[in-house]
Amino acid sequence: MKATRAEVCIAACSDAWRGSGEVLAHAVGTIPAISARLARLTHSPELVLSDGECHFLADALPLGATGTVEGWAPFGRIFDILATGRRHSMMGASQLDRFGNQNISLIGDWRRPKRQLIGMRGAPGNTVNHRTDYWVSRHSPRVFVDRVDVVSGVGNDRARAHPSPALRFHDLGVVVTDLAVLDYAADGRLKVRSLHPGVTADDVRAGTGFDLEFAGAAETRLPDERELELIRTVLDPAGARDREVRS
Amino acid sequence: MTLASVTEHVRSGMTVGVGGWGSRRKPMAMVRELLRSDVDDLTLVTFGGPEVGLLCAAGKVRRVIYGFVSLDSIPLDPHFRAAREAGRIEATEYDEGMFVAALRAGANRLSFLPTRAGLESDVMTMNPHLRTVASPYDDEVYVAVPAVRPDISLIHLNRSDPLGNGQFLGPDPYFDDLFAMASDKTLLSVEKIVSTAELTATERSTSLLVSRMFVNGVIETPRGAHFTSCDPDYGRDEEFQRHYAASAQDEESWQRFRETFLAGDEASYHEAVREFHGVYA
Repeated sequence: MKATRAEVCIAACSDAWRGSGEVLAHAVGTIPAISARLARLTHSPELVLSDGECHFLADALPLGATGTVEGWAPFGRIFDILATGRRHSMMGASQLDRFGNQNISLIGDWRRPKRQLIGMRGAPGNTVNHRTDYWVSRHSPRVFVDRVDVVSGVGNDRARAHPSPALRFHDLGVVVTDLAVLDYAADGRLKVRSLHPGVTADDVRAGTGFDLEFAGAAETRLPDERELELIRTVLDPAGARDREVRS
Repeated sequence: MTLASVTEHVRSGMTVGVGGWGSRRKPMAMVRELLRSDVDDLTLVTFGGPEVGLLCAAGKVRRVIYGFVSLDSIPLDPHFRAAREAGRIEATEYDEGMFVAALRAGANRLSFLPTRAGLESDVMTMNPHLRTVASPYDDEVYVAVPAVRPDISLIHLNRSDPLGNGQFLGPDPYFDDLFAMASDKTLLSVEKIVSTAELTATERSTSLLVSRMFVNGVIETPRGAHFTSCDPDYGRDEEFQRHYAASAQDEESWQRFRETFLAGDEASYHEAVREFHGVYA
């Protein structure tokens, strides 16, 4: 059976953790959570996995399974850990602009939101303390907007405009969507790194509310046999991935 | 003390800290007591859950200072969302780490604590009172998160002794000890009051995180965190929480929810919950 779109996305997200070293993988969402476990079982055995609550897991197991615990980090510790920089986040985004400014807080005016979303959560602190990537399960012009209503996660333009060295740990990596992998050009703007198999540049253009650079865009790699086996038999036998990304 | 005496301590206009986290170990019995009272105009300080929704729906909230407001298995509390969208409440929305810094500053009796979190984000725009502070040692600039000191905090733990030495038995203490230290007064409700010796008869002393020094009153109120989780005593009542959230969708369902669950005392609340689950005493 050939790889599904969800499996291509998991492999692409897994690649995002490559080279992060011995840091805590903070993965929000089904595809990112599976991808961190896949990275741990393949190219990044040193990655630290969490159950999303207060335990670090000794083994990469299916979502929801705990197994052997290798550390205790209740919520109060998480803020100390992220301040050390030994963490790498892959968060969602309700809105993203061309410089990677992310909004998960609200839609409309903050004084009286048209739609209250989940709030700032940890996005301001994550983005100024350690590497942050984004996962967007539905690539659309509603997400990729010219201007986000509220900046929760700090983008490259703002980080670079900051006059003091306090933002020297700001580090936006990639944005993985159900259509493509995006990263940032030297000027801090999003560009297309690769299109998933079967996706055209026009598909991505139609889903993006601003101009994107496609020069040099490759095709996103397919997961290899071992990755497919791990995804299908070990990490996500119940197929939770297909509920987040339809093939 | 008794549940009824909560309102002798919590008065209108106060800044009230609420322990727990999202839909986890919230002092719901004490919150229900506030719902039965005429206390209003409250400023809540919280990693918010359904207590924010319930108090907003009852019109008792002026402002919420929060790291988030979530029901965990349901991303956002519907009453909180409605209150925000109708402009009925003022919001001080912080990054979660900033929220902790505000409490730590309050507990340390400092005017502020510095954080990197918040720099160049719209937390600064949405909270025009926030200032930055320049390091006296190098060129770095930080957000100066102002201290928050609640007039009173409400926290719920698994056990305590009659003196107010509190014990958490679940996997996470959340920030209940910090709330107690940052507040002028703290009321502790527990699943069960036991003798001091019994606290450590089978449990590690590291579970004794809240000292009587920071507790002004103890209330034994079994299932006092319902419908939030209180591990290991009980998990979240997901079915009831879904019912709570669904009832918030329109005025008529909410009226019915209030009449069924919130019109009587704590005992009748739990009886109505048992009936909801089809368990008849």
